[in-house]
Amino acid sequence: MLAVRDQRDKAAFVSLFDHFAPRLKGFIMRSGTGSGQAEEIVQEVMLTVWRKAALFDPGRAQVSGWIYQIARNRQIDVIRKENRPVPEELYEDQGSAPDASQIVGLEQEASELRQALGRLKPDQREMIEKAYLGELTHQEIKSQTGLPLGTIKSRIRLGLERLRHELKDMRSDD
Amino acid sequence: MTEITHHIPDALMAAYTTGSLREPYALVVATHLSMCLECRASYEAHQALGGAVLETTCEADVSEALKSDVMALLDAPVADEPVHKRSGVYPGPIMAALKGRAPKWKSLGLGVRQCILSGNAEGSVRLLYIPPGQAVPDHGHNGLEMTLVLQGSFSDETGWFGVGDVELADQELEHTPIADAGPPCICLAATDAPLRFNSFMPRLLQPIFRI
Repeated sequence: MLAVRDQRDKAAFVSLFDHFAPRLKGFIMRSGTGSGQAEEIVQEVMLTVWRKAALFDPGRAQVSGWIYQIARNRQIDVIRKENRPVPEELYEDQGSAPDASQIVGLEQEASELRQALGRLKPDQREMIEKAYLGELTHQEIKSQTGLPLGTIKSRIRLGLERLRHELKDMRSDD
Repeated sequence: MTEITHHIPDALMAAYTTGSLREPYALVVATHLSMCLECRASYEAHQALGGAVLETTCEADVSEALKSDVMALLDAPVADEPVHKRSGVYPGPIMAALKGRAPKWKSLGLGVRQCILSGNAEGSVRLLYIPPGQAVPDHGHNGLEMTLVLQGSFSDETGWFGVGDVELADQELEHTPIADAGPPCICLAATDAPLRFNSFMPRLLQPIFRI
């Protein structure tokens, strides 16, 4: 992803495409979208990844989390025919680029997160998947006492303090 | 600037990140996120979880044509989407909802003004302008009501709300928020109540009109 962002490396983009396009298509089709329309959305998402690569910050986000949000925003725009309100982008101040240990730390957390997901009981896992596919309403998420968000969140919480620290050095473009 | 003490609860943030939150509320969350780093961290943590779900989802074969189409389009020129920047007390998401223009206020009486940003049968979101000492109008809600302070502050039975704070209320909460002394209070308010003809009235008139 960094080669795509910094060198506009098309070969690196091909590997990103090969990794994410089938996952994105599978992900989008799970919410009932047909194959043809799913591919149209995948195309838009992958082109956005290429065009907005400069906004990707490896000190704050995993590639998969960043692409997840692009895909959800696109799906909502297509399905609801409305532009989803998005927050202002944050930009790095000059000279505050994340160091390698931050990036490694984030990768480690993300891999622990995936393992934690893999250890859930099938029904719990299904619930998390439904939530992140956008199939649970706010009320449903709130009232899901069986939703293993607690387990998962303990993983997320680890990263929260660090993220908050990271964000202090950021500014919105105003 | 005072510290933000009233944040977006986790379930609401999950609903926003996953896209199941409807547009009026989503605008309030996006605006709060533009003002609050603590909630930004929580949002990005939910994205990480979404990313983990995406990584572990079942793959579906993509056609060769998709790949060649995407590769062919990489260098195609694209029109820049307009990026709406913060203007005064209005963060980017509100400026986007205003299409980059200044709010057009309509009087509700007693110095209270509103500017409706969007509204349909599923809910509405609006800016409110409340002079010091005046009551914040009731959004006429059936379910969740969200009020985010952009300028000034208000207080009610549940506490004090300054710039960046979000008050959440359901229909069980009987409250009368009053704008504090100081600059007029400007809020962003979302409700799931359908937009009524001339929209809502100052709280003081409600007993008379029984709305």
